[in-house]
Amino acid sequence: MLAYVLKRTGAAIATLVAASIVIFIFIHLIPGDPIYVMLGDEATPEQVEALRIRLGYDQPIYVQYFYWAGNVLRGDLGTSIFFQEPVTLIIRDGAETSLLLATVTMVWIVALGVPVGVLAAIRQGTWIDQGLSGIAMLLASIPTFWVGLYLILIFAANLGWLPSSGYPSIFEEGGLSNLRYLLLPSLTLAAPNAALILRLTRASMLDVAKEDYVRTARSKGIRPYRVVLRHILRNALLAVVSAFGFTFAALISEAVVTETVFALPGIGRMVVQSILRRDYPVIQGVILVIVCLYLVINLLVDISYRYLDPRVDLE
Amino acid sequence: MLKVRNLVVAAGSPSAELDIVSDVSFEIKRGEVLGLVGESGSGKSITSLAVMGLLPHPHIWVRSGAIELDGADITEEPPHLRVERGHGGVSMIFQEPMTSLNPVLRIGEQIEEAVRVHDGSTGETARIRARELLEMVRIPDARLQLNAYPHELSGGMRQRVMIAIALACRPQVLIADEPTTALDVTVQMQVLSLIRELCDAFDMGVLFITHDLGVVSELADRVAVMYGGKLAETGPVADLFRNPLHPYTGGLMGCVPDPGAGHRRFRTIPGQAPKPGEVPQGCKFAPRCDHVQPVCRSGAIPAVAAGPAHAAYCHHPLSRELT
Repeated sequence: MLAYVLKRTGAAIATLVAASIVIFIFIHLIPGDPIYVMLGDEATPEQVEALRIRLGYDQPIYVQYFYWAGNVLRGDLGTSIFFQEPVTLIIRDGAETSLLLATVTMVWIVALGVPVGVLAAIRQGTWIDQGLSGIAMLLASIPTFWVGLYLILIFAANLGWLPSSGYPSIFEEGGLSNLRYLLLPSLTLAAPNAALILRLTRASMLDVAKEDYVRTARSKGIRPYRVVLRHILRNALLAVVSAFGFTFAALISEAVVTETVFALPGIGRMVVQSILRRDYPVIQGVILVIVCLYLVINLLVDISYRYLDPRVDLE
Repeated sequence: MLKVRNLVVAAGSPSAELDIVSDVSFEIKRGEVLGLVGESGSGKSITSLAVMGLLPHPHIWVRSGAIELDGADITEEPPHLRVERGHGGVSMIFQEPMTSLNPVLRIGEQIEEAVRVHDGSTGETARIRARELLEMVRIPDARLQLNAYPHELSGGMRQRVMIAIALACRPQVLIADEPTTALDVTVQMQVLSLIRELCDAFDMGVLFITHDLGVVSELADRVAVMYGGKLAETGPVADLFRNPLHPYTGGLMGCVPDPGAGHRRFRTIPGQAPKPGEVPQGCKFAPRCDHVQPVCRSGAIPAVAAGPAHAAYCHHPLSRELT
């Protein structure tokens, strides 16, 4: 087990290095120059040149990379060109919003996708199944921002039950009740992903239901709900759990849109704004953190597999 | 005692239904092994699932006829309702021991689950009973094997576990659907003798489904031969082998290679078994029969008897020694 984790960690580090190089090169390929963004159109060529040298952007790109990578190893992600603040601080500020949003969203996805998928499967072919599968198809197809805007319109603008935008920290005034600010964004973000998990759960349940061992379970005389939960669902979850890794990747890209629609101070919105400002250190730092998270989540998914399926031998 | 009377099983939808088993009747007494013989698609597995109450609704269902166990009507009654209503149990072991056990649950859990339902016991009591059952089916190191997962056992061992699960349900009748087809020849004999032994020890009826006449002659007390969803012939094993009435039974026996005869080629029955929906009028076997006459091609086929328990459905039985 430990050997497996170490091996996977080694592979993860190699992935990180490769990802960091790709990120670095692609960001510098974006047309535009952070110097002009900072100094504006009025700047003289001398001022531009002086700042370029001060930031180290006059150096060849591989020198810049090693300089940046060296600092990253020391825990320093650099300083934002726009905010003049350490990137680690900027990420820390956005992390609370984004991690809470992701967590609440995952809870919605699991709590809605799996049980409703089970329901659709055990009512296969009935109007319940067709209705649920139809709704799932609809939710998976309509764009995130549209769902978000309509939720705002209904629950914030018309009914006035929930706030439409922003997010004060749970460590500030209001405490945990501030989580209500994340309710609409998390539902928006969960909708298409919960729909996919629902469809996957349903399909996987129907596949497993055809297995010989399910017939064996029925022949024992145990109650139908136990056959469904202990024999069908237990095995169907194997396929669903492996999808959680991909779902997380989808969450990251969709979070960018959701955080923008709901004006949430998260790292998704931060990275979009930083790209517009050509704030290289922030973009690089945020993407690096996201890649790290993605690798960790997938490692956790693979390890959890071992506990769900005794046939999987990680060594 | 299990009685199956005029069983008709239909498939499809009520608007476009198709009889895949028609008018099948048989009985199994306690301590008796009935061998149910037929080719693939002859309806023998569907018959056994109907007896189990496990036909895959709504696609396949019992259209008419009755299945009775010790006087109680158990037609279309799934196993959990039989437990609830206190009707006698029918257990089943399947052809594929590799896929018939849940891969993510330990052997012990899978046996205890059945024990808890049928004995009402829990915890340690259920565990002890599970170990006894494993010992009964001769699994070495029963205590250790309770913690094994199915993939850690061989095919023969898994089939023994299946038998242990079946016994945990304390059945009056055990259905064995080609339980040795997927096993090595040496293991086959062990499993067959185990089934015979348990049948005698627990005074269970056994419905043994196979296409292997050799196995039937070893194991069964009586034989029922199925063709095209209907019974072709039934009788005590010795009578049927010595004096087959139905040309199909005779043909099946001709297909068993005889090592002493020095044949160069295996004998076969020409043609193919009918597919559901393409079953001919009259005698189902007529298109492949050497003895076919115009009268065979339509109408009902009469029963002919060659003894109190030996009968076939045929216009022109092979043997004329009828009583």
